[in-house]
Amino acid sequence: MDSNTYPAGQRHRSRPTTDTLPTLRLPPRIARWQWLLAPAFGLALLLIWEAVARSGLYAAFIVPSPGDVAHRWREIAADGSLVRHTAVTLREVLTGLLIGVAAAFWLGYLIAKSRVVAYMLMPYLIALQAVPIVAIAPLLIIWFGPGIASKVIICALLVFFPMLVNTVLGVRNIPPELRDLMASLEATPLQTFWHLELPAALPIVLGGLKVSATLSVIGAVVGEFVSASEGLGYLINFGRGTYDTPLVIAIVLTLTALALALYGLAAWLEHLLLVWQDAGQS
Amino acid sequence: MQDQTILAAEHISHTYTGPSGDVHALNDVSLRLSRESFVCLVGPSGCGKSTLLRILAGLLRPLAGCVRLDSQVITRAQRRIGLVFQQANLMPWRTVSGNLSLPLELAQVPASEQDDRTRAMLELTGLHGFADAYPAELSGGMAQRVAIGRALIHDPEVLLLDEPFGSLDALTREQMSEELLHIWARHRKTVLMVTHSIPEAVLLADRVLVMSPRPGRLVDDVAIPLPRPRHLDTMHRPDFVALTEHLRRQIRAAR
Repeated sequence: MDSNTYPAGQRHRSRPTTDTLPTLRLPPRIARWQWLLAPAFGLALLLIWEAVARSGLYAAFIVPSPGDVAHRWREIAADGSLVRHTAVTLREVLTGLLIGVAAAFWLGYLIAKSRVVAYMLMPYLIALQAVPIVAIAPLLIIWFGPGIASKVIICALLVFFPMLVNTVLGVRNIPPELRDLMASLEATPLQTFWHLELPAALPIVLGGLKVSATLSVIGAVVGEFVSASEGLGYLINFGRGTYDTPLVIAIVLTLTALALALYGLAAWLEHLLLVWQDAGQS
Repeated sequence: MQDQTILAAEHISHTYTGPSGDVHALNDVSLRLSRESFVCLVGPSGCGKSTLLRILAGLLRPLAGCVRLDSQVITRAQRRIGLVFQQANLMPWRTVSGNLSLPLELAQVPASEQDDRTRAMLELTGLHGFADAYPAELSGGMAQRVAIGRALIHDPEVLLLDEPFGSLDALTREQMSEELLHIWARHRKTVLMVTHSIPEAVLLADRVLVMSPRPGRLVDDVAIPLPRPRHLDTMHRPDFVALTEHLRRQIRAAR
């Protein structure tokens, strides 16, 4: 992991990988337009899209205009189908995320604590990671049916690994001196978990949760692609079949928003639980 | 004399087995700490001082010999023995008062008593303004004061300190030595402190034990008869200087 240095001789677990872009300082001349830069680029992309759509180079069902997509989105929002299918996907995503993350946390904890378990399980877990989940999705549908169960399992499998790896790293990186301290205070295993292992591993574990949160949406959609009668993945499949390209694009954007919202939720949780990490950085 | 002993090491030998061969760390070390005495352990780097301290704390089982606390052989770490490490070793997610109260929480001391004792310890260690600060906001000296307060708060009978001021600058280090004297005058504990600094050892201790290079043996046991209370000015006394000279010679001879 990276090696942030902290004052007071503290050995800290580092904040994990996701937001490592350093804050850049712009020249003062353009600094006050900083907030405009990203929206301006987005607007430019939209204009190019609009221009391509209007140029007549491609048929409207191949490249619909941004306006067409917005119109279609409002249609499905109005007739209630957007909410209904989003709810289905969201339920699969949240259930799969919860099961995958919980299983990975406890297994990761066990692997970090016991070398025997680590040697016994790690080869299989790494092999499991190497299996393309998309490829075994049809198998899971055959075994667990086209309903919610198969999607939840695909989703859980997909979020499992980043969470597992981060939990193992987080628990293994606990400074041995803090373990000595807990031993010298005659802490019980439960006290050691609650007062040392959980809070010490939390920064890295929550980093894993952020990665898992975005992956979970992919898991549910993959499952719905293979076989489903409802959900956002099903709507994309349906739109493709009827050349309803505006619908496909509208759903892709909805899924993106969903994944971002889940990521934001995990980031918010991180901010809430790790107040201490912001201390002494001003 | 027998009943005055609180912590005793008997014929401790220890060898680490490492990938690059065995390291013979300690060779037949025996020592006795009398109740409420302040003992310092000095010696060259890598002579096994920290290993001996970990064994005395019950954190490490020696290959030979045993440790007795109140004549009972101990096989695991004890709440009755407080520890201070070279690094402050605080929990970064707990505030200063949270770190101080950890030993009380683990011992399930009633909350109101926890608050009282934490407040008293903040006072004693001069940290009252920093109760809600996180470790990352503290200087090295302040963090080490929290660590000492945490080691004292549950009132252990023995305090083992492993180069507690080793990571501090020289000025802070002197100041901390004086504060430790002050705290020890108020809370009479049996203290064993490992240090690299001969003047620090002479200033603080009733007895200074000298260890040889690896495999570590105790080669000298020097009584420090300087009167108490001692201050930084004590370091100018001729007998203080003579004692440090003597110890320096002993360490050089042991090499």
